[in-house]
Amino acid sequence: MFLKLVPRAEHSRKMAYLSPLLAGVLTLVTGGIFFYLQGHDPLFALKTMLYTPISDTYGLAELCVKTAPILLCAIGLAIVFKAQVWNIGAEGQLLMGGLTASALAVNIIEVEAAWALPVVMLAGIAGGALWALLAAWLKTHFNANEILTTIMFNYIALNLLIFSVHGPLKDPDGYNFPESALFGDASLLPILVEDTRVHAGILFALLAVVIIWVLLARSFIGFQIKVLGLDASAARLAGFKDKKLVWIAMLISGGLAGLAGAGEVAGPLGQLVPQISPGYGYAAIIVAFLGRLHPVGILFASLLMALIYMGGEMAQIELNMPLAITGLFQGMLLFYLLACDVLIGYKIKFPWSGVKTVTSRVEQQ
Amino acid sequence: MNTPTASFQPDRPKRLIMQGITKQYPGCLANDSIDIDIGVGEIHALLGENGAGKSTLMKIIYGLVKPDAGEITWEGDKIRIKDPAHARKLGIGMVFQHFSLFETLTVTENIALALGDEAKDMKVLAEKIRTVSARYGMALNPDRYVHSLSVGERQRVEIVRCLVQDIRLLILDEPTSVLTPQEVDTLFVTLRRLAEEGCSILFISHKLNEVKALCHRATVLRAGHVSGACLPTEEDASSMARMMVGDETPISMAYDKVQGQDIFLQIRGLSRISEDPFGVDLKNINLDVHAGEIVGIAGVAGNGQEELLAALSGEDIIKNHDAIHFPCGPVGNLSPEKRRGKGLAFVPEERLGRGAVPDMSLKDNALLTGFLTGLIKNGMIDHESTDSFAKKIIKKFKVKTPNSGTHAKSLSGGNLQKFIIGREIMQNPRLLIAAHPTWGVDIGAATAIHQALIELRDNGAAILIVSEDIDELFQISDRLCALCDGALSPIKPAPSTTVEEVGRWMAGIFDTDVCDDELFDKKSVSAQATATAVQTH
Repeated sequence: MFLKLVPRAEHSRKMAYLSPLLAGVLTLVTGGIFFYLQGHDPLFALKTMLYTPISDTYGLAELCVKTAPILLCAIGLAIVFKAQVWNIGAEGQLLMGGLTASALAVNIIEVEAAWALPVVMLAGIAGGALWALLAAWLKTHFNANEILTTIMFNYIALNLLIFSVHGPLKDPDGYNFPESALFGDASLLPILVEDTRVHAGILFALLAVVIIWVLLARSFIGFQIKVLGLDASAARLAGFKDKKLVWIAMLISGGLAGLAGAGEVAGPLGQLVPQISPGYGYAAIIVAFLGRLHPVGILFASLLMALIYMGGEMAQIELNMPLAITGLFQGMLLFYLLACDVLIGYKIKFPWSGVKTVTSRVEQQ
Repeated sequence: MNTPTASFQPDRPKRLIMQGITKQYPGCLANDSIDIDIGVGEIHALLGENGAGKSTLMKIIYGLVKPDAGEITWEGDKIRIKDPAHARKLGIGMVFQHFSLFETLTVTENIALALGDEAKDMKVLAEKIRTVSARYGMALNPDRYVHSLSVGERQRVEIVRCLVQDIRLLILDEPTSVLTPQEVDTLFVTLRRLAEEGCSILFISHKLNEVKALCHRATVLRAGHVSGACLPTEEDASSMARMMVGDETPISMAYDKVQGQDIFLQIRGLSRISEDPFGVDLKNINLDVHAGEIVGIAGVAGNGQEELLAALSGEDIIKNHDAIHFPCGPVGNLSPEKRRGKGLAFVPEERLGRGAVPDMSLKDNALLTGFLTGLIKNGMIDHESTDSFAKKIIKKFKVKTPNSGTHAKSLSGGNLQKFIIGREIMQNPRLLIAAHPTWGVDIGAATAIHQALIELRDNGAAILIVSEDIDELFQISDRLCALCDGALSPIKPAPSTTVEEVGRWMAGIFDTDVCDDELFDKKSVSAQATATAVQTH
């Protein structure tokens, strides 16, 4: 009487692409039911969450602002996840990137030269990369599980950031608020569209998408990373240096997350504050898998994730929903994605079709 | 090597009758209405190549797999075997190809675990193990830890585990593949003894001479269906081989033996302490492989083959760099990639998961080790050259695949092995090291692989083959030696040694020069060569 899962002879490629879409639809349906139970018109509520935020130019610009850090983190995660290195620490690497970029920026507020911005960005990249390399070092030298170390480093990074804004980086003229001084103009990312907050960070993110795409699809380093992830013993036999590859993957991933952090402090924020990320680094994990670890998929998934962030805020304002709505939608999306991914390797056998298919196949033979 | 067993009595009552057994797996009909029956006290061979459906059939008998259709009659009653526990209760015992023993427990503890509540008192059980093993000529100390046992002894544990129960049907899956020729003889004595006492035995194998020596009747499977039934004593090996492979496939042939030229690979005093507590230490290995010859290393798995191969491939770096020499100098400290640059090609034992990445296309798998042959330009992959390299391998080695974009895992074992060996050979290696080159490969593919190896040898490459298959080694090697417990036996030209001598080497008896003259009998050697020529796999 029950539905049965039957293993497929071969993994379904079609399902691999359909699964994220299916997960999206199921999230919408469940979200709708949820809104209905809360006493809202489900269609209106979904429209408020997913359409209203981007119904005007300003909204679209804000979408880009939110997409930039998510995309940068997620595209970096694509590399490490391909290598089967589970870096859960994009959040911490983003925070460290923001912290190091700020630490430099507040010391060059007076500088008006053009080198200020690149140096601030590089400081952010270095901060994120070093934070990731710490986990890579623990993994390659002590065999420490990177999932655990990167998660723990997230909390250390957060507390370092909070310590810094309350201590060494606090603005001396800031009335004791836990904020750094405002950055100098030369250290800020240029605004792309007037009267909006959309800044050059989104360009960095798009550039990163292209570079990572080329790296994975065309370069020998990318090939080695993929082999390492799919089959570590084949990589060893072929003479690929697995430790070096782990370092490279973590370096890229951490560096991009660090750039995302630098882009936040030098972009929409303009200073270091305790809350530079509403969990972009964690959301990026969902985005990376939702985008099937493919650069183009990740680009679309990032836009969706940014929209969910904006929708969550909109739902707070318009529907009096709590902020948890964002986390709820993210969670549902991941949950449904994992569930739908089962269908890549298995197909559902319905009770009424079961016996027939077996016999008909036997007859064919 | 054995005298044929007592003649078959067709009037024996039937212990097990299976009719119309059918099992469908996704994309493959593993068993197609198979009929087979086994009498009381009969040794019945189930013959067939890899993938013919032997394993599925025996798993059905042992209750591990449920058939889609068909009837099973056990001692006159129609039954359904629910699970292995049910099968054991009926008196069906099975010895798998891969043992399921706990290395850190003793023999008695392992057997007690399998028996469950029936085990009762450990002392009584140990005594029982001692009696049973002595009675059937299988010396076994119940108090020893399994990790200290040889592979042959471990197999005895598995068999004794079946025998301490009331056994009526014993299923053995390729039991001889892990044994030395001498151990095979001992096993056969045990099995004949068991059969005389009325136990039925289902003997699964693809080694025809063994089937001829031991079994009363044989059922041959090909591509999931019964392709023939025969009395092995009345058939010769080649007629049974025909039943196994069909008419189209060429059966392997004899090759010329040659002498090599200059030394290419020189191993001097290679010792290595294994990092794995259950690994094997390499003990002072000395070996030369000349250009233009094939050297074969025989040996039962787990005697240091993995360790030796890892040291040669470069996956393990050895402290004493001088122990491994190529003509260009010591290479013991070089990475696998650098050794490849100096002319090494390597075919590992596991073709899927080490020799090839399962989830990558053949094209990407061609790049896996072929990246030194100009497929990379400025760090970027030259996709066009890579694809044409893959296509060349597929064409030259007749790899059956829709195209070069097919994933490695969807190829059959034989086809993938042809691709891997082809990939290595196409790089024009000066030294090819291959582990178990035809393990689990069908006869047609095995012949193709052998021919490719001989051709490479004739083009002047040095070749080192590590294999468990003695017949294969005699067939293609020019010189032979064996590895036992990490030490290498003396090495001799293949025509001047015998299966028996290599068998003793495999058991660690290297000092065989004394009895050499008695054994060295031209007749037996040429008889061996003929037997080898019709040998399958």
